Amino acid sequence: MGSRSSHAALIPDVDHIRRETGFSQASLLRLYHRFQALDREEKGYLSRLDLQQIGALAVNPLGDRIIDSFFPNGSQRVDFAGFARVLAHFRPVDEEDATIRDPKQPEPLNSRMNKLRFAFQLYDLDRDGKISRNEMLQVLRLMVGVQVTDEQLESITDRTVQEADEDGDGAVSFMEFTKSLEKMNIEQKMSIRILK
Amino acid sequence: MLGAAMLLFWLPLVGAGATDKPTQESVPLGEPPPGLALFRWQWHEVEAPYLVALWILVASLAKIAPRVQAGLLDFLLFGSLISAVDPVAVLAVFEEVHVNETLFIIVFGESLLNDAVTVVLYKVCNSFVEMGSANVQATDYLKGIASLFVVSLGGAAVGLVFAFLLALTTRFTKRVRIIEPLLVFLLAYAAYLTAEMASLSAILAVTMCGLGCKKYVEANISHKSRTAVKYTMKTLASCAETVIFMLLGISAVDSSKWAWDSGLVLGTLFFILFFRALGVVLQTWVLNQFRLVPLDKIDQVVMSYGGLRGAVAFALVILLDRTKVPAKDYFVATTIVVVFFTVIVQGLTIKPLVKWLRVKRSDHHKPTLNQELHEHTFDHILAAVEDVVGHHGYHYWRDRWEQFDKKYLSQLLMRRSAYRIRDQIWDVYYRLNIRDAISFVDQGGHVLSSTGLTLPSMPSRNSVAETSVTNLLRESGSGACLDLQVIDTVRSGRDREDAVMHHLLCGGLYKPRRRYKASCGRHFISEDAQERQDKEVFQQNMKRRLESFKSTKHNICFTKSKPRPRKTGHKKKDGVANPEATNGKPPRDLGFQDTGAVILTVESEEEEESDSSETEKEDDEGIIFVARATSEVLQEGKVSGSLEVCPSPRIIPPSPTCAEKELPWKSGQGDLAVYVSSETTKIVPVDMQTGWNQSISSLESLASPPCTQPPTLTRLPPHPLGMEETQVPLDMSSDPRSSFAFPPSLAKAGRSRSESSADIPQQQELQPLMGHKDHTHLSPGTANSHWCIQFNRGGRL
Repeated sequence: MGSRSSHAALIPDVDHIRRETGFSQASLLRLYHRFQALDREEKGYLSRLDLQQIGALAVNPLGDRIIDSFFPNGSQRVDFAGFARVLAHFRPVDEEDATIRDPKQPEPLNSRMNKLRFAFQLYDLDRDGKISRNEMLQVLRLMVGVQVTDEQLESITDRTVQEADEDGDGAVSFMEFTKSLEKMNIEQKMSIRILK
Repeated sequence: MLGAAMLLFWLPLVGAGATDKPTQESVPLGEPPPGLALFRWQWHEVEAPYLVALWILVASLAKIAPRVQAGLLDFLLFGSLISAVDPVAVLAVFEEVHVNETLFIIVFGESLLNDAVTVVLYKVCNSFVEMGSANVQATDYLKGIASLFVVSLGGAAVGLVFAFLLALTTRFTKRVRIIEPLLVFLLAYAAYLTAEMASLSAILAVTMCGLGCKKYVEANISHKSRTAVKYTMKTLASCAETVIFMLLGISAVDSSKWAWDSGLVLGTLFFILFFRALGVVLQTWVLNQFRLVPLDKIDQVVMSYGGLRGAVAFALVILLDRTKVPAKDYFVATTIVVVFFTVIVQGLTIKPLVKWLRVKRSDHHKPTLNQELHEHTFDHILAAVEDVVGHHGYHYWRDRWEQFDKKYLSQLLMRRSAYRIRDQIWDVYYRLNIRDAISFVDQGGHVLSSTGLTLPSMPSRNSVAETSVTNLLRESGSGACLDLQVIDTVRSGRDREDAVMHHLLCGGLYKPRRRYKASCGRHFISEDAQERQDKEVFQQNMKRRLESFKSTKHNICFTKSKPRPRKTGHKKKDGVANPEATNGKPPRDLGFQDTGAVILTVESEEEEESDSSETEKEDDEGIIFVARATSEVLQEGKVSGSLEVCPSPRIIPPSPTCAEKELPWKSGQGDLAVYVSSETTKIVPVDMQTGWNQSISSLESLASPPCTQPPTLTRLPPHPLGMEETQVPLDMSSDPRSSFAFPPSLAKAGRSRSESSADIPQQQELQPLMGHKDHTHLSPGTANSHWCIQFNRGGRL
């Protein structure tokens, strides 16, 4: 990758990004190339339109939400750092990281908690820290494919919320969300090998 | 540990032939410890005698070296057949061990797929041996390799073709359900034969056939057929296995068939272990470059230790031609010993080994809606992220496949009605509801109507916080929708009939509740299936009750069901259950999501509809368990012969405390045993007496001691009471079987109901209709488990 490595220098803030995201040099390069490929007009940042151009994303029920997650705080553009930051959540968890990590530093972006937080944000559209029944209903509507009537959907929603809800406020907070998924192997489920 | 084991393996190998043993055995000299040395390595002092002794040992070992006359090709042939891992043995052993799915599928999958390799290698080597080693040319080797691909891919293709055929034909078997098991067996066997005929890999063909068609066939065929296929397959597999190992044993004893050679046997035993371990290590190293979760050492140990040889090797060795392979008898003996050793020794010790190594076991956690939902969400998220990254990874392809399947394959191969209802989240939800309902009622909970009933919900007497969700729901007293309302599946008439029939019939005899959890072995049907069926029945029941309410609302048309002979003492699984089973559980949940108590959504809806439902019950045939006075629900239930009806014979006495009454069998313990008390017979209305007696007699064997506390309420003659209800057009006279209809008017009263439906066979106590006072409902053949549904009309006392 002789010719490629020279590009590493082109990535702005590459060291900072590496520290923050934990990607390897190779992965970062690959992401940068992808970023550039998506950025058709070479603006140096991505807009929503660029991401929506990705064909497969359009048919994905959660496509919109994913795209939104790239634009936190209502901004309309995402630079490479932000791009990498979001994707860092899907980096596979390294076993060694957990032990040698300096406890004072913030958790790496691909820790279990952060993965869960990312997923939580996909549900919690209004960012109030809870998944309300309504939000759950919307997600379920997306996910339950089959022709299910509204009442059935409502009952599923109720049940889902009740399963997770412990303090009885009718919404699922982040901790409750985490707890309901404690048996699931999040580190595996939410990782993409290629991003190692 | 592995290092030590390897060292141990090396020693005999060293002794057997190497000449430079001493160096390998020497341990680096350490420095003499200060002070009194308790232990010193004194190699140089014993060197000479040690070497001499070793030489003698080697010479004597050489005596037991194989004296078999066989050339390289013969040994290659032997190697090809002895190295194959056998799926039968692996399955038998691993199913008891319950390792995690990854490990299981790796070993088991290997055993299945290596059939192609084994067959090819065997045939190639066999033909080489026949041609004679001198005549083998380079092109033959290439042809051998090519034939490997042809055989395996061809076999798989044959299997897939038959899978397609099978799925397609089962799509149209709605009216001739009886041939469905036949179709499955025959087409699968045809796949096997076809592959054999074309000298392709037959095992691969059958495997691919099963893999390919499972999803569609499962959706298409009826519940009964599924059961039939499942049980029959298990039986057949068991028989075949037994026969094979018997043959093995007999051959072992019949010494004319084999010739013993210690060197060959011992050498083979050692080398298969050694080389398997080596192969596993090498291949996992390669694989780990591509795996998200690498296979660690423990996995590798289990993989190499779990490679059991079995009948395939034996069959192949028996087939050798003695004229071409003179060493056949030695090979046979060796194969027998190897098979015995691996199956017995390795098979027996693998379980302790797994425990000792703390291998990750398969976790049977209960499905929760949250997990199911989030799993799906994560799948989509990951697919999306993969798209963003531009990498066509596992999720991307999986997504693509699912879309293709949804658009084309499922539409083509799955029956329309089944196709509409399949959804995994829905399935989990459905099952959870059933489970909760059953467990809740089991605890003696009451089913209250949720229309702000005045009656306070009574905590069940034996309520233990069994399921957290149940309690949660109960405590939260939320207006969780009881899905009875939303039960709305568009099903064909026949499906509905089936459902009803099944339901009614299930009301028949059920086995007593199992007190143990059956282990999920190859020879047992998993418990889940049972429970699921139970739940389906129960759910059916509830659904039926509500169907009537919803019929007007949702335009579900009911069709008359034909009378069916009552099947005594058999578990549900009739074709009736088919719709539920096959259609992924129609959304008929008996939403027992309690709200303080299990509340039937009947509530206000029912009350409005009860009137209209009145008019609908023209032919009240069969058992009519009207949840609330809607008897047309039960129209569908035509059951011939004595039926199923009757769960608890509780008649709530006309007292305000009726709501607190519990079923007599509930007093004391939550043990809903079967009671068939003589008293109950008395309360059976006259015209149902015969049916009642029939069911009782058939239940003789199942009946447990009569309930100790005969329901005092049962003294009340339900019959006249029932008849008093002018509003209720009880077609008792016309209906030879038991049928109860609750007057719709009662539905209007605010009432609290606790539903209890006991096992029909076990608790054939009728719940006679109580006039307008109390109603205890007969749940039409609701589930077999011991949940009881009581409908107490307390308000109406």
